[in-house]
Amino acid sequence: MKSISSIVMSTPPSGIRKFFDIVASVKDVISLGVGEPDYDTPWRVSEACIYSLERGETHYTSNYGTIELREAVAEYLQQREGLIYNPKNQILITVGVSEGLDLALRAILNPGDEVIVPEPSYVSYKPCISFAGGVPVPVPSYMDAEFAVDPNAIAEAVSDKTKAILLSYPTNPTGAVASRETLQQIVNIACKHDLYLISDEIYDRLTYEGKHTCVPTLDGAYERTILLNGFSKAYAMTGWRVGYACGHPEIIEAMMKVHQYTMMCASTMAQVAAREAIKHCWDESEEMIEDYSRRRRIIVKGLNEAGLKCLNPKGAFYVFPSISDTGLSSEEFSERLLFEEKVAAVPGNAFGDSGEGHIRCCYATSIDKLEEAVERIARFVRKI
Amino acid sequence: MEKQILAILSKDARTSPEKIAVMLDKTEQEVIEAIDKLEQRGVIRGYRTIIDWEKAGREQVNALIDVRVSPSRGVGFDDVARRIYKFGEVKSVYLVSGEYDLRVVVEGKTMHEVAFFVAEKLATLEGVLSTRTSFLLKTYKEDGVVYGEKEVDDRLPVS
Repeated sequence: MKSISSIVMSTPPSGIRKFFDIVASVKDVISLGVGEPDYDTPWRVSEACIYSLERGETHYTSNYGTIELREAVAEYLQQREGLIYNPKNQILITVGVSEGLDLALRAILNPGDEVIVPEPSYVSYKPCISFAGGVPVPVPSYMDAEFAVDPNAIAEAVSDKTKAILLSYPTNPTGAVASRETLQQIVNIACKHDLYLISDEIYDRLTYEGKHTCVPTLDGAYERTILLNGFSKAYAMTGWRVGYACGHPEIIEAMMKVHQYTMMCASTMAQVAAREAIKHCWDESEEMIEDYSRRRRIIVKGLNEAGLKCLNPKGAFYVFPSISDTGLSSEEFSERLLFEEKVAAVPGNAFGDSGEGHIRCCYATSIDKLEEAVERIARFVRKI
Repeated sequence: MEKQILAILSKDARTSPEKIAVMLDKTEQEVIEAIDKLEQRGVIRGYRTIIDWEKAGREQVNALIDVRVSPSRGVGFDDVARRIYKFGEVKSVYLVSGEYDLRVVVEGKTMHEVAFFVAEKLATLEGVLSTRTSFLLKTYKEDGVVYGEKEVDDRLPVS
């Protein structure tokens, strides 16, 4: 048999996946390794979906997604961010942000085009850029700067081949947010070099201090930004796989073309559910977010007391404490913590080289479990 | 801060002021004072435990009793409601819209005891026109807590 694609061959498996296999071999683990809410989807959302099935709404939708959901997304963005997108040709419903990201990259990249990615960042970014024929150019960010990327470092990373900058604030895995000023400076760089901006804002609602900055609202950003978002985190709908992409009609049409040939449309029943969520579940969403914020403070205090330096992140539901004082690598720390204390936390190097020396802990877990996990981590740190 | 404290306590009344202080980024003293004020103002009416009495092995009968009342001049339904809620057997009394006026929750040891209470005490009260009694057969959900179901975390441990 001939060898499989060299791009796929040369892409390392996700560090998350690798660690998952190890965790799966241990019993009774308290997992801080999850990447999703612990809440169930609000029942009225699930119920709306069930009702649609009873009515036989089980056929394909428009490639763009149902007009009802696109209109609901447009209304939502106008209300929250003051952004105007035409639901007819500027909004595409995707199978989660994951597909939206893939489509965005495939729509804009030519072979060899570079995409600048601040790190540590979500594990999919670099592989998706490579799969789309592009070249990822990581720009590290550091704990001293609260993991917000330095615009000067981005400016330095721009080359003749740069096509886009991929942003994601609040960030998985660090929980970092970037200030409006910082983001404006990055937009200015994009304008100066005529670059696209791809902004993955899946954690936008999970911003605890200050107001979230939506990238296309910045001066000069609207035309060149592909805004990606979805329902997974704000409405506890990870398994439904629905997201959306907004942008210039030409870009959205290009993305739709790829989507049309590869995916056809997002799941019809999930689109019904998503519409219910975005129209009627703001209050549930707010309640969950307030709850995450409280748990955040519990874990931050606990980890700092355990001797792991940990920032108070302003968004998402992760903390990214430093474990470098222990003298262990991220992977050694995570593995030993798992086997010796049965707590799972993802090694930071899964999110890029600048994540080395950290672990990612998700606090979307009950307070009792968080407290128990922190106690075990403290015991482990004392031991090494 | 008050709203947040109430949100926390309404879910778990045993959450310590110390823990609440961490959650809300306040001092323990500030939280204690805020709770004191909420208690003094009668916003917090008390702290109770949600108990599955059937599991606890206690024989108990609960009944929902709808009561039709002729309101009296000046005090409306308040007077009759007061006469009803004074009974220790009565757990809750609500003024409701619809065919009946008051909804009364009564607790007793046996069905007979509850029936006797309704016939002897409730129905005979001045102003009470008629009653309709429904015995509670099974509790599925009480105050937001679902009975019988154990929550399982079925998320992937790492994702």
